[in-house]
Amino acid sequence: MIPEVIGSWAAALCLLIGAGFTLVGSIGLLKFNDSMTRLHAPTKVGTVGVGAMLLASVIYSFTFAEGSLHELLIMGFLFVTAPISANFIAKVNIHRRACETPPAPPQDDTWSTLNVPEQDRETVGSGTA
Amino acid sequence: MLSKAYRWLLPHPLLTLLLAVVWTLLQNNVSAGMIVFGVILGVIIPWITSVWWPESPRGFHMGRMIRYSIIVIWDILVANVQVAWIVLTVPNSRLKPAWIVIPLELREPEAITLLAGTITLTPGTVSADLSDEGHSLLVHVLHTDDPDAVREEINDRYQRRLKEIFQ
Repeated sequence: MIPEVIGSWAAALCLLIGAGFTLVGSIGLLKFNDSMTRLHAPTKVGTVGVGAMLLASVIYSFTFAEGSLHELLIMGFLFVTAPISANFIAKVNIHRRACETPPAPPQDDTWSTLNVPEQDRETVGSGTA
Repeated sequence: MLSKAYRWLLPHPLLTLLLAVVWTLLQNNVSAGMIVFGVILGVIIPWITSVWWPESPRGFHMGRMIRYSIIVIWDILVANVQVAWIVLTVPNSRLKPAWIVIPLELREPEAITLLAGTITLTPGTVSADLSDEGHSLLVHVLHTDDPDAVREEINDRYQRRLKEIFQ
């Protein structure tokens, strides 16, 4: 009896925390008005928001059914893929000049997204710029 | 000769272990048959894909990696609360986003990937780009009064530790 009560309260608390962070992430996505700052909101939802909900699922399954650890995999895959999609969106923003131009790197010539292959250099220079 | 055969059969031993564990977790119950099948997959998949990942890092300290993961998870929790506070309280007009440039001391692609991933996962910072020769990392910060302090923190907290992991 007692472990079931503790389990359901812990799962409920985790669900509330997860829902709260997801809500804040969505508010951030709506509130910020620049494409780069807006990118920061989903990285939050992807970590603690989803993490807390998955933790709730683990606690629930261990309390009321046979335990399940599938959720660890979901979290692992999210942690591996979230930075890559964020990086892609950031690169698109830089490429389309949708944000402030970043400062030049101290050692190398330029950022790899802004780098134009040598055979294309002239057409870009005379065409769009 | 023996180590060469080992390298040929298991180009990435850690990946083999990881794939076996992932397969067993996917089944959601532990049985001998499934573990054996996981090990078979863990041998075949790295062997087929080794063309796209020809060189593995020379040194890798597992203990330091585990300690690093715990630090990162703790930082994600703390930074989440901080960023949630920024989202809810700081109005757009007073938000100070900034680009910061982190000079990279790491040379292994795996280590740079881990650093960039860590920076993106800890809320408030997103790693955006690498310089064309791979000597610096471009990071976007959501809200900061002191960009140099953020760079110092990333250098001291993550880059130094990653350097020790891949020694």
